[in-house]
Amino acid sequence: MWERACPRLRQKHKIHRGRGPLPQSAMRMERKFMQGYLEISKVGIEFNTESGNFRALQDVNLKVEKGEFISLIGHSGCGKSTVLNILAGLYQATEGGVILDGKEVNAPSPDRAVVFQNHALLPWLTVYENVELGVKQVFKDRKSKAEMAEWIDHNLALVHITHAKHKRPHEISGGMKQRVGIARCLAMQPKVLLMDEPFGALDALTRAHLQDSVMEIHAQLGTTVVMITHDVDEAVLLSDRIVMMSNGPAATIGEILSVTLPRPRNRLALAEDPDFVHARQQVLQFLYDKHKFPGAKAA
Amino acid sequence: MKVKDEEKKMHSIISRYAFIKREQTWRFEWSDIPGGVAIAKALRTWSLSIAGILVFLLLWQATANSIDTSLGQFPGPVQVWTQVQNLADEHQRENERRVEFFERQETRNAELLAQDPNAEIRVRPYTGRPTFLDQIQTSLMTVGFGFAIAMLIAIPLGILCGLSETLYSAVNPIIQLFKPVSPLAWLPLVTMVVSALYVSESPMFEKSFITSAITVALCCLWPTVINTTVGVASVDKDLINVSRVICLPTHMHIRKIVLPSAIPLIFTGMRLSLATGWMVLIAAEMLAQNPGLGKFIWDEFQNGSSDSLGRIMVAVLVIGFIGLILDKLMLALQRRVSWDKQTVLR
Repeated sequence: MWERACPRLRQKHKIHRGRGPLPQSAMRMERKFMQGYLEISKVGIEFNTESGNFRALQDVNLKVEKGEFISLIGHSGCGKSTVLNILAGLYQATEGGVILDGKEVNAPSPDRAVVFQNHALLPWLTVYENVELGVKQVFKDRKSKAEMAEWIDHNLALVHITHAKHKRPHEISGGMKQRVGIARCLAMQPKVLLMDEPFGALDALTRAHLQDSVMEIHAQLGTTVVMITHDVDEAVLLSDRIVMMSNGPAATIGEILSVTLPRPRNRLALAEDPDFVHARQQVLQFLYDKHKFPGAKAA
Repeated sequence: MKVKDEEKKMHSIISRYAFIKREQTWRFEWSDIPGGVAIAKALRTWSLSIAGILVFLLLWQATANSIDTSLGQFPGPVQVWTQVQNLADEHQRENERRVEFFERQETRNAELLAQDPNAEIRVRPYTGRPTFLDQIQTSLMTVGFGFAIAMLIAIPLGILCGLSETLYSAVNPIIQLFKPVSPLAWLPLVTMVVSALYVSESPMFEKSFITSAITVALCCLWPTVINTTVGVASVDKDLINVSRVICLPTHMHIRKIVLPSAIPLIFTGMRLSLATGWMVLIAAEMLAQNPGLGKFIWDEFQNGSSDSLGRIMVAVLVIGFIGLILDKLMLALQRRVSWDKQTVLR
């Protein structure tokens, strides 16, 4: 399995198939692989509420490779957002922990930029200034003013929003706002891009455009992405792996589905593709058969 | 198909008749001229306001006629208008006197210098009675000073309370305790403290000025503290998360995220504070004998001439009018400062 997930490793050490210890470089890479680029291990979280303790997550384990696109899918209230918030460092796990690139995650950082569902742009700043805020903080000592300006423009161009550079958020459409949200995160050069239902509030057509943009960016930059979604088609179209979560309380990872469809993916061509349909079918089955909607259980 | 044809037919008939009908009963509509709707709306509000004022004046005159006091009849609008003219005349006269005084002084000094170039020249300040306009000016200065002190304390304190729930819990009881205290209760204490601490050979401000200003500050602190706290504490959670992810340092967090989103509530607090301060000022000036509007009213009351009530009534109207203007000024300032040009401020 690790051969599939780590093609670079396989290529480099194709020759070494015999007995004996692996060469040093391969050992190091192997160790790194065994650890995973982003590793969530035995994470659980308990919230202190007025009506006693509430256990939202239990024993969540996940290894994510560099450059991988992961989707978290599950019913609402199952704790997907909690996982994302722990990854972001916005919540602290009660037990277990997260390791990113060999370092433990225990506070928010631009390394793990978050695209929020409702874009969360500062309404008093222009599109450019919204992106600038993060860039100034991250590249404080590393880039000159001119370099920063160029970098911001580059990122705005990446999400096709250069024309609205000097507009305020209330002057642009929902889809454009979310593009700015993505640009703001990309401009901080995160190790992992975390997206919390990024397209949930958009209409279908805008959503499709944005999904295409995200695929394009992912192909171009090779960013590691963890995305929460409700949309099965979206998950299958974008992801390398789909992580399906069981219902809370004490939610955990139910199944992980690898999507092996070749990239670049074309939504029109895929609609009829048997692999796509099959993957879609599997996710739906998980969501509707094995883990019925929590309301249905209570009834 | 048939229904559609029928409809078409009806439409053509209706439109033909509608055209004729409009020709026949043509009359002026505001919407026919550009900007007419806005003009009509403005006319309506203005005419209603003026009608309201007229009714008030009539009622005032009617009531005033039937009230007899030991200082004569209660002043109606006409008497008050006479007093307005009197006060304006007095101001004019006093001004002339002052100009004459300085002219006299100058010629005298010039003469002295002509006789003996080494003569000692004394320039004396004019010590005439402050006129009504001077008193208005003093009042405005006092309230401005007190308000400024209050804001310098209230806004930072409010921001800190909004950011830290711990601090808020600690400070809140104190705020709640002092918020309802009347200015008159503070005044004796403030007077004594000011006379004890504000000792200097050539004081920049009168003691009464400082006392009144501090009393104003103590009373108009609270609305701003409370509103700023609420504004800062209710910043959108997503925006706070954005700031956390970007790792903005505290001062940037306050400047870029907290202040802009709290600005509307901070201004609400400041407007309430200024209104309170202006109200408190009159009482403070009466007791502290700060030569402003409060002292004017007090002096007129003690004076007890037949004009006094009319003159006090002028002061009352002026106080109301200045309060109104101050609020409008704050509103204009808020419009300038606020990033959100879309909301309707009132």
